Amino acid sequence: MLKIADKIFNSRLFTGTGKFSSSELMEEALLASGSELVTVALKRVDINDRDDDILIRLKYPHINLLPNTSGVRNAKEAIFAAQLAREALETNWIKLEIHPDPKYLMPDPIETLKATEELAKLGFIVLPYIHADPVLCKRLEDAGTAAVMPLGSPIGSNKGLKTIDFLEIIISQSNVPVIIDAGIGSPSDAAWALEIGADAVLVNTAIAVSNDPVRMARAFKLAIEAGRMAFEAKLAKPVSYAVASSPLTSFLDE
Amino acid sequence: MNNFTDVFKTYDWDKTKQSIYAKTSADVERALAAPKRDLEDFKALVSPAAAPYLEQMAQLSQQLTLKRFGKVIQMYVPLYLSNECNNICTYCGFSFDNKVKRKTLSPMEIMQEVAVLKDMGYEHVLLVTGEANQTVHVDYFKKVLDLLRPHFASISMEVQPLDLEDYEQLTPYGLNTVLVYQETYHQDDYRKHHPKGKKSNFEYRLETPDRLGQAGIHKMGLGVLIGLEDWRTDCFFTALHLTYLEKRYWQSKYSLSFPRLRPFSGGLEPKVEMSDRELVQLICAYRIWNEEVELSISTRESPLFRNNIIKLGITAISAGSKTNPGGYAVEPQSLEQFEISDERSPAEIAKIITAQGYEPVWKDWDVCLATS
Repeated sequence: MLKIADKIFNSRLFTGTGKFSSSELMEEALLASGSELVTVALKRVDINDRDDDILIRLKYPHINLLPNTSGVRNAKEAIFAAQLAREALETNWIKLEIHPDPKYLMPDPIETLKATEELAKLGFIVLPYIHADPVLCKRLEDAGTAAVMPLGSPIGSNKGLKTIDFLEIIISQSNVPVIIDAGIGSPSDAAWALEIGADAVLVNTAIAVSNDPVRMARAFKLAIEAGRMAFEAKLAKPVSYAVASSPLTSFLDE
Repeated sequence: MNNFTDVFKTYDWDKTKQSIYAKTSADVERALAAPKRDLEDFKALVSPAAAPYLEQMAQLSQQLTLKRFGKVIQMYVPLYLSNECNNICTYCGFSFDNKVKRKTLSPMEIMQEVAVLKDMGYEHVLLVTGEANQTVHVDYFKKVLDLLRPHFASISMEVQPLDLEDYEQLTPYGLNTVLVYQETYHQDDYRKHHPKGKKSNFEYRLETPDRLGQAGIHKMGLGVLIGLEDWRTDCFFTALHLTYLEKRYWQSKYSLSFPRLRPFSGGLEPKVEMSDRELVQLICAYRIWNEEVELSISTRESPLFRNNIIKLGITAISAGSKTNPGGYAVEPQSLEQFEISDERSPAEIAKIITAQGYEPVWKDWDVCLATS
């Protein structure tokens, strides 16, 4: 079972709420996904309106809200936004997204580290969106992060796990859950992430923009279950070398 | 490189135009197949040689837009604050030589207009004025921003170009976006269309996005007024400008508009006509060339065109717009900048967006996100 901070999750699929063609469809897809952690952009919702069209559709006992700071450009703005979110949405969980580059939405490692330190001190459960940078992950652990969220490939690109070599290093040495965020384009990408030992994945575009988001959400749910099961059952290692018929070291046994 | 003028000076209008018209179907096919497109690809995509590829371009533009922006369309509305203007612009209803009574809204009048816009559901507002520095100046804008900030999630401005210090003063008041259209990058033609007033300074206008970038504005909008000069060449220069800005002011977001010249009382006939087919080609070319830029469409376009353009690459749409100060409530008969072409209400447009499988988004920013 996956545990982040003091919360246990039955589902290893985390989801986003953007890009859907309607909020009804978003609700239906999120329910089909079985996701228990759903991220919401502060800029898209009216946090002071109890009847906000997005928020009202996420009111299920199994769904935990994960407000995100998308749109902020530095640590100071992120901390301010996180505090407002905590007050209005009554959760101390925050997905830290600091991308001062609005074109490729690349996370700023320096500001993210600064904000994580500060927010952890203020009692937040911080989930930072970052590059697949193993050293940054260790620095974030020291700063008190609850998990790390390295990207698989550029956000919204659907390109899969382009950062695989770095993700494997991060997973092998992490003391906090590793959630692969961004770039996961297909259920097979998600299964692969779980197979290599990622604790969870966050998927938005691939579900929201598909022709049938509800079906696609279910496909991701199943892929993630399969990937995790395979990880736990231990995959047979692929063999890329031949077994020589005349071994080079057989003389040692003579 | 100090600013865009230095880049601009290395280009020649006529040679650029020739190189666009010399593009062949092989160039278009290469551009369509490329994983990333550069400015030469953009030239091919806006060239006459791309016309037979329009359906393919539209399909690609739709896919790329969905991937980046999803099935959503941002709603925004203009709020005209003033039609006072000291410039002569041959194509504009607010031109100084158009001898009609002028109006600048007072704070109380602005709030009457705001009430109407809020009833329509708007959260993103675009403030528009002419250029009358004696009445509509930085202090006036500060007052207006102070008034509006509690009522809107995002405030944009399309007013006269200002100095760097002015922009630096206005951003703490909640100014999020500034639109400044070059009108045309053809310098001689620009002079003909802007014979009098501060706007006659081509370079000051050309360098305005540089000043906005230096002031750290969140978003800026570029464009040309289509109808003044060869649109393919003018839009190439827009793309060149955007390329320069994205690299230099990488922390700002960008949007593009493609307004076609609309009639106003006593106004200019377009020198160059752009057909609906060509406008679709331009929108798709912008999208295929730049996957991240926002593309915005106004009520200058017809209902039929707007209904069908929703799925082809645009990301923002205005509706129910009035182009005169006081047009929503205070003084519906005041001088308008141009005649709009689509008079349907925001609710009707929202319904049309929904019917096409997209969600109209009213709020996609929050003042709490920009505090430093």
